[in-house]
Amino acid sequence: MPAVEFRNIDIVFGADQKNALKLIDEGRSRDEILAATGSVLGAAGVSLAIERGEICVLMGLSGSGKSTILRAINRLNEVARGEVLVEHNGAAVDVARCSEETLRDIRMHTVSMVFQQFGLLPWRTVRDNVGFGLELRGMGAAERNRIVDEKLAMVGLTNWSEKYTNELSGGMQQRVGLARAFATDADILLMDEPFSALDPLIRDKLQDELLDLQRRIHKTIVFVSHDLDEALKLGNKIAIMEGGRIVQAGTAEDILLRPATAYVAEFVKHMNPLNVLRGTAVMRPAASLAREGDEVVLDKDGHVRLKVDGEGRPLSLDLDGRAGLLATADGEAGLIDDKLAHDADCIVAPVDLKLKAAIELKRHTDLPILLVDSLGRLAGLCDDDEIYRGLLRRLDG
Amino acid sequence: MYDWLTEHKIPLGLWLRDFVDLLTTHGQGFFDFVSLVLGALIGGFTDALLWVPPLLLIALFGLAAWLVHRSIGLVVFIVGALLLVTNLGYWSATMETLSLVICATLVCVVVGVPIGIAAAHRPWLYTAIRPILDLMQTIPTFVYLIPTLVLFGLGAVPGLISTVIFSIPAPIRLTHLGISSVPPALYEAGKAFGATKTQLLFKVELPYALPTIMAGITQCIMLSLSMVVIAALVGADGLGKPVVRALNSVNIAMGFEAGLAIVVLAIVLDRVCKRPERRSRKG
Repeated sequence: MPAVEFRNIDIVFGADQKNALKLIDEGRSRDEILAATGSVLGAAGVSLAIERGEICVLMGLSGSGKSTILRAINRLNEVARGEVLVEHNGAAVDVARCSEETLRDIRMHTVSMVFQQFGLLPWRTVRDNVGFGLELRGMGAAERNRIVDEKLAMVGLTNWSEKYTNELSGGMQQRVGLARAFATDADILLMDEPFSALDPLIRDKLQDELLDLQRRIHKTIVFVSHDLDEALKLGNKIAIMEGGRIVQAGTAEDILLRPATAYVAEFVKHMNPLNVLRGTAVMRPAASLAREGDEVVLDKDGHVRLKVDGEGRPLSLDLDGRAGLLATADGEAGLIDDKLAHDADCIVAPVDLKLKAAIELKRHTDLPILLVDSLGRLAGLCDDDEIYRGLLRRLDG
Repeated sequence: MYDWLTEHKIPLGLWLRDFVDLLTTHGQGFFDFVSLVLGALIGGFTDALLWVPPLLLIALFGLAAWLVHRSIGLVVFIVGALLLVTNLGYWSATMETLSLVICATLVCVVVGVPIGIAAAHRPWLYTAIRPILDLMQTIPTFVYLIPTLVLFGLGAVPGLISTVIFSIPAPIRLTHLGISSVPPALYEAGKAFGATKTQLLFKVELPYALPTIMAGITQCIMLSLSMVVIAALVGADGLGKPVVRALNSVNIAMGFEAGLAIVVLAIVLDRVCKRPERRSRKG
């Protein structure tokens, strides 16, 4: 069961919902619907499943409907048609149709939210802002303070708890917003362009902090952004929207390498692929390499040979009769000791190595980087040619 | 044409008189009851204020001003001003006026703030009451002084009712303004965390609107004070009485002194009601 699922939802702002829905069914555009009915199309035919523990980024220009569908998850926007299923107490609840009490329960316990302009209450201290959701639940002061202290420590604001929010910088205010959202211990976190009001350095820092927190708390995060770099950095899944409709949903690599429409292609054209592409996307697969018995030939002339075991794990390197030194780099960032990298003839790295890390490693060696899967079996290799093609995004040619 | 127009007068005034007559015949019990309650309220307040020895009360006012504003200058001013009023011989008249102002403001807040909130939540209601509020503020006071006199009899109560009619638009308007200017983001933040309508009102809307509502109440106090002379015309006690008497007997000295006492009271009330700047807690 997905944590959040949109099933064919339409959202219309305005009185003439019925006619607007009819025009949506005819596939009319937002402008046509506005001219004919005076109602504004918020979203049309949106279906999307967001799995538990995922960061899903809703991406698009302003007015594309990304905030509109985000707000349907806790019914700040009413849905005209379709279902918005939210996992609440182990069952999928249709937020669009549930009772007021259920909705309130979902808002208090299951879904919390972070706002673009922070949405903090200026007459309350930081502590009372963070405890706001708990106070609405009717939780006593002692327990509330304990939880608030915990969340303030989480976002690094312990010493600021008695300040008023207007005494804080923008970045700190949004940390208060985050702490307030975490305080209710909701599984699903809605973030409506939370970092766009902040300057770029602070934004970058808060993105890193959010990723760091997410590794520990594993929430389901639905994140709205108009910034592609932010989307690619944070999102496990990205849904690109245009004119109230989702034009493509998939992983960052998917969208970068296989844009579904000209609109998406235009969108990602100036995107830096270094942090997005991984070994899997660029590598020459092991199956396409020449083999001689238990040896894989790594160069054209057959001077460089890699001996593998029965499972395909690299064992040793043969450089025209001389034994070569193999070194291993760790993780998607390809961490390796500098001296070891310098001495190595060939570097072995995980297959989900980022393209940026591959370039780093490639500086140390003339031979291709050997990419191995999670069981250590050779999956493919990444040489200069693969890196260039990745940078130019000509992977299918 | 002109003759025809003047000869066929619409009996507007008569209709209204008949309406008031109707109220007196059928609603006398109700008006007597209101008169009784409000009369007791004002009487009680006045008695309480006059029961305390003047110097002690002046000291208490000074202390209260200190606790709220922490300004030694203000305390000196208030104590000095009230001592001057006592010296001139208007202490009890001042307390009667103060009691009238407090009661009028109390009624205005109890009635006006909920109306302002309701109007902010329902735009149609505000559209409906706006012309009434305009009317209440522009129609000459004497006009409604007459029917209130008929309905409630002579004394402090018709004075209070007239004062309320004149000053209640201020808290209604400013409460409406305060509540309807709550930023949508704060409203949504409340809703997103599961606030009920009541919680939204008390934890988001009212705290946000409080400074504006307070400004409305301060205005209401000032407007009430400006009605004391009018209230004296229908028999309310207080500083208005010596002014009216001075006017009738062309007594310049008495008129000036009583007028000064009103001004002093106005300044004191204004300074005390000014909202102190919120101190940021430095830690």
